[in-house]
Parts: sequence; structure tokens; C-alpha cells
Amino acid sequence: MNTTALKDWPLWEVFIRSKQGLEHKHCGSLHAADAAQALRMARDVYTRRQEGVSIWVVPSANITASNPDNKGELFDPSADKIYRHPTFYDIPDEVGHM
Amino acid sequence: MYTQAMDIPGQQQAAVSASLSPEESGFQACIDSDGRIEPQDWMPEAYRKTLVRQISQHAHSEVVGMLPEGNWISRAPSLKRKAILIAKVQDEGGHGLYLYSAAETLGASREEMIQALNSGKAKYSSIFNYPTLNWADIGVIGWLVDGAAIMNQIPLCRCSYGPYARAMIRVCKEESFHQRQGYEALLVMMRGTPEQKQMVQDAVNRWWWKCLAMFGPPDEDSPHSAQAMKWGIKRISNDELRQKFVDATVPQAKVLGVTLPDPDLKWNDERQHYDFGPIDWQEFWDTVQGNGPCNRERLATRVKAHTDGQWVRDAAVAHAQKQAARAHKEAA
Repeated sequence: MNTTALKDWPLWEVFIRSKQGLEHKHCGSLHAADAAQALRMARDVYTRRQEGVSIWVVPSANITASNPDNKGELFDPSADKIYRHPTFYDIPDEVGHM
Repeated sequence: MYTQAMDIPGQQQAAVSASLSPEESGFQACIDSDGRIEPQDWMPEAYRKTLVRQISQHAHSEVVGMLPEGNWISRAPSLKRKAILIAKVQDEGGHGLYLYSAAETLGASREEMIQALNSGKAKYSSIFNYPTLNWADIGVIGWLVDGAAIMNQIPLCRCSYGPYARAMIRVCKEESFHQRQGYEALLVMMRGTPEQKQMVQDAVNRWWWKCLAMFGPPDEDSPHSAQAMKWGIKRISNDELRQKFVDATVPQAKVLGVTLPDPDLKWNDERQHYDFGPIDWQEFWDTVQGNGPCNRERLATRVKAHTDGQWVRDAAVAHAQKQAARAHKEAA
């Protein structure tokens, strides 16, 4: 039995724009020989019920991700900068919506 | 479709040590606060192994689940029913793909998973090792088998492992059509001739107990359930899910006009649930161990499809390489 199934088919990440005006959102991944095939397969796998109007496929190997171990040093510094949020500021009620 | 409780005795589960390391405490705290674990996060090896086994078995079940129904595409009674069945079988293939991808985020390779299925090493839901004898079986698979699978799968949408939970949300969204189309196909037959009604009753008789077994062994014989619960992989016990399924199905059977083949089935006012008779677990285990009526046939069909498709996979690679070489030459 030949089991070299998908060895030479790289992994692609699939992003779908669900409707015009919205951003593309990651929805999953798949194996395909090249970009054109990845697009065709993404259409069949992820948009069988009109879930999208546009598809991006990106080779998974080309994605650089932040390391979860660095979560603290990357994201904690913004935790004490509450002055970046509008609710930090007291505005008199009579000013109304601002 | 399709999962059965996968905590099958005899399958090795890596030991979990009693004292927790700082990483383990952080991991468990995340789960206890209903957080999600993502692929790059630290996780105990046993958690990873359990998930790879469960998700890949689930994926295999989707893929093998295409076979009993695929048999009926060419024999569907109308063009409408044929189009519906094709769409459903295509969904099952899609579900398999979502799930294989989820397992790959844990470091499992697609190669190895396919190899494990094709070599018979991996398990899949034993419900597919029973034959689909006539068209009513296809309706009953949608109504009862998919119905049982939905019961099982809805809690998995809240599984602690992010990619699995997200795949299950997608699957569950598509699953509801599967159950409804089956039930509707049976309603049509029940409005037909006495022979057609008899076909439906016969199919229900043959599938009912097998569907109850899909939820897996009783809680007291489910040694890994406690750990799976602690890890947030399993949220509701086998027996609880089975009871929910029975309670939901009895009224549906009434509307359909069929009898469920269990003389002990009756409403228990005190429990506010239906009581039901004992399940033949020996038959379940025989089938899990590979001795069901269709185990060999299903696997052989699957392996043949894989082998017959080799030239397509090869051609796609050759085409991609040729295109890449051509682009390279034009750029030079």
C-alpha cells in the first residue's frame, strides 16, 4: 500500500471574508500541492454554504507567530496604561456624549 | 457526523503524575477557569496524546462514515434525494478534513494518521461497521446516527483545546441538516405503502440499539472519563448523553409513527426521564475489536479509494513542480 499520501502537499492556512466590508478571518487549514489547488480546495472545504465572498490561502510555513512563553513581556506592559482608554477620563455629565 | 465516546478500555493512556509541576498547575488553572489551550501553549504529554487519539479517531469516523451512505448515491429514489445525499457525504468528508487539521496542530502528521486508519491500527466509530440494507437505512442514519452524534458533539464545542472546539462548532452547524433530511426522508416513506412503512420500522429496529451504544460504555466502565472531564475534553458523561438522546428521540418516533424496539422503554415520572432496557455490550465490543459485519469491507473500500487516488496526488505535485519551475525560468 502506498502511503505517501500528502507528504509533498504543504499545509496552507485559509482565511475567508464572510461578506464584503468585513475582514478576512482565519478559518482553518488544508493540504494542497500549490496555491491554485489550495484555493480550489478551500472553496470546497470551507465555503459549501456561502460562508465567504473571498478566500486567502497562505503557506503555513510562512507565518511567523509570537511565542506564547513571551505572552507576559509582550502584552502585560499595556495593562497598566489605562490612560489609553477613554473611560480613564472624567468628563462632567453636562458635556454630554464625547 | 460521527463520534462515539472514544475512551475505549485497553487503549493505553499515558500516566498522569500526582504532583503538579508549575506548568501543569498553570495549565490546569487555565482549564478550571474555562480557558482554552492553543497549539503553542504548554500542555501535559498525556493531554496531547489523548487529544491526538480522540481527534484522529473522530476524523477517521467522518471519513469512513462516507462509505455506508456513498453506497446509496447511485440508488437514491429521486434526483432530489440524490443531491441531498451527495451534499451530506461531501460534508462528512469536509468534517474529516477539519478534524485532521485540528489533530495536526498537536504535532500529528496527516501521513501517519492516514496510515494508522488504512492499516487498521486506528479505531473509528463502530456504527459504520453495520450494513445499510435499504433506502430506509439512509433515513435512519440521518435521524438516529447523526442525532446521536450531535448529542455527543455539541459538548465538544466547549472542549478545552481551541482548534478541536472550533472544528466542532463548524461541524455542529452543518450537522443539523443531516438529521433533518434523514427524518424527513422517513416521514415521506411513512406516508407511503405498507411495505415502505415496514422498511422504516425494520431499519429502526436494526439501528436503535447500535445508536445507544454509540455513546460508549456505561460510566462505571469508562476508566478514562474522569481524566477527560478534568481536562475539559469531555463535559458530559456517556450515560447522561445517552439519556438525553433517548428522551429527545422518543417523541420524534411517536410523530414518525414507528416503535422503538425496547419493551422496557417507558416514561419514569420520578426521574423525569425515559427508562430503557440493557444494551448488548458484547456485540459492541466484538464490533470495536474488528469483528462486526462490515469491518473488513469498510477498510478495504477505504484503502482502495486511497490507493486509486494516488495518481491524482502525484499529478498535482508534478503539476505544481512544473509550474514552479516555469515561473522560476521566466524570472531568470
